[in-house]
Amino acid sequence: MGAVRRAFAPWSNPDAKPLIRFDNVTKRFGDAVAVDHLSLNIFEGEFFCLLGPSGCGKTTLMRMLAGFETPSEGTITLGDQSLAGVPPYRRPVNMMFQSCALFPHMSVEKNIAFGLKQDGMPKDQIAERVGEMLRLVQLEKLARRYPSQLSGGQRQRVALARALAKKPKVLLLDEPLGALDKKLREETQFELMDIQHELGMTFVVVTHDQEEAMTMADRIAVMDHGRIVQVATPGEIYEQPKTRFIAEFVGDVNILEGHVQGQENGLWRVQTGYAQAPLTIDDPDEVLHSGQAVAIAVRPEKMVIQRDPPRTGALNVLTGEVWDIGYLGDWTVYRVKLATGEILRVTRANASRFVENPIDWDEQVYVTFAPDAAVILAE
Amino acid sequence: MTERPFARRLAAGLVPAVPYLWLGVFFLVPFLIVLKISLSDPAVAQPPYKPVFDWSDIAGFFSGLDLENFELLTQDDLYFRATLSSVRIAAISTALLLLVGFPIAYGMARAPERYRSLLVALVILPFWTSFLIRIYAWVAILKPEGLLTQALTGLGLISEPLDILNTETAVFIGIVYAYLPFMVLPLYATLEKMDDTLLEAALDLGSPPWRSFWTITVPLAMPGIIAGSLLCFIPAVGEFVIPDLLGGSETLMIGRQLWSEFFSNRDWPLASAVAILLLIILVVPIVIYRDVEARRLEARP
Repeated sequence: MGAVRRAFAPWSNPDAKPLIRFDNVTKRFGDAVAVDHLSLNIFEGEFFCLLGPSGCGKTTLMRMLAGFETPSEGTITLGDQSLAGVPPYRRPVNMMFQSCALFPHMSVEKNIAFGLKQDGMPKDQIAERVGEMLRLVQLEKLARRYPSQLSGGQRQRVALARALAKKPKVLLLDEPLGALDKKLREETQFELMDIQHELGMTFVVVTHDQEEAMTMADRIAVMDHGRIVQVATPGEIYEQPKTRFIAEFVGDVNILEGHVQGQENGLWRVQTGYAQAPLTIDDPDEVLHSGQAVAIAVRPEKMVIQRDPPRTGALNVLTGEVWDIGYLGDWTVYRVKLATGEILRVTRANASRFVENPIDWDEQVYVTFAPDAAVILAE
Repeated sequence: MTERPFARRLAAGLVPAVPYLWLGVFFLVPFLIVLKISLSDPAVAQPPYKPVFDWSDIAGFFSGLDLENFELLTQDDLYFRATLSSVRIAAISTALLLLVGFPIAYGMARAPERYRSLLVALVILPFWTSFLIRIYAWVAILKPEGLLTQALTGLGLISEPLDILNTETAVFIGIVYAYLPFMVLPLYATLEKMDDTLLEAALDLGSPPWRSFWTITVPLAMPGIIAGSLLCFIPAVGEFVIPDLLGGSETLMIGRQLWSEFFSNRDWPLASAVAILLLIILVVPIVIYRDVEARRLEARP
């Protein structure tokens, strides 16, 4: 499966035709702009994630796709069809609601059959399709139950089955796993991925949970204030964030501010207040000029914490005092206070069960990172 | 120290006793008195029936009771026709009330939240004036030279005065007007609780709004529909004032019959028998409702 998924990248093929196209779409509610001149392509078979803090416009974007909101400006196309003026009940798009929105007066099978009935499908075919869906979400035994008799996770599965029953061209999922506890959430994430892969359907997920987005999505669009800040694969978003907002929103990050001193052997030298020597960063794609204010972003797991001084001439050495230690089982988080007062977050995998003489509170330590571990973000 | 738990237990036992006591004193006892009168014979006396309860002759008292009045009710088809006509008028009125009340309740439930309590207050507002005066006002509106005729002639819609007063139509108008809050409020209570995303989900699954109304909104509003219908139907069957003021002589209703037995004929025992009959008629729909409700809850714990 992994190999198949890696090869799937229609967005990098200039000849590929997108399934969904947002073309310069703006949505205003009174004076407030929820979505601001946004353009976006989503390809067939993609597991696409709209990620952003609440109020960033991601839900509005999804509701426009479902037909519950009309764009104030711009067009949305699905396949070759413009969606302007098409009511929600005529769109080949189905949605799994955040609240599940199961019909409380209908049993599980009636809920799943609801959409098929609207299409006037013959009864025996409906029964067959409902059975298929129940098997897919493993709820065959609960077909006769009512929503009030189901657990949160089971309700979510019914909502998924109901939305999938009509074989929509696009499935929209609004915070699909928000109500589940952590363990169940992780399981369901993988199940959703399997189902999507099995059906080859296009999934568009709205979430504010970056972990959820990272796990499931082929591509993530990070949104802020009604605009898309970056659209990329989870790996690119995490390792090559385009802006400081993304670096800080997706995962943990240490931000070191400074000024560009110049370029040496293709490496950027950045003078900061945290260390005497300028920091050396390997980020060749950035185009910078001397004296420019920049932020250096380093992920906590890409920093190394040590008690012994590094060899002379080592790059990117910061010194500080251990302020806090958080033991998470798989990881240990160190919060290191620099002389300037900034606190760095450094994580270390607990690869062995016993460590002799571990780094302790209040110890003086060295924190280093490789030039290619960091990203330069122009301020 | 042991007194305390006892006092508390006593208090805990007394609290649920309050509604039972209330029902016992103000419903059960009067009902038993009416039941007793219905089994008595009329008499030109004070009170106008016999036997009168007397501690010294309990055996004689019980032997004086019989079912004669109920036999009379079955023999004279006037009571049967009046009952049937009452149920018919109440049923049609309830249907009309649903027709008028549902859109009002729906509109209220859909109104912006800050207006809703005002709208509820407006629905209740008519209760601030006397029921009798409001029904009399309809006489002034509906009479041939009344406000309705004037308004419609003024608009050029009719040339002849309307002859609505003292007909069944006037009774329907009166009942719908007077009972509307009892229909609107329970409907509003259920519609207001309804989750809007259910309608969005139906829309999303291919159901146009008009179809979702029947498949989603109406079934979910059913508890309100049933409660509102019962709240209107039950008093409408026994309604006396509205048919008396707005209805014609041919508007036969059991409540009116009861009144005339009681006050015109001074036949208290027969009037009491009619009252018991009315009670039995009204118990039936309540029992059915409870049964339906119980089965619904059983299917969906």
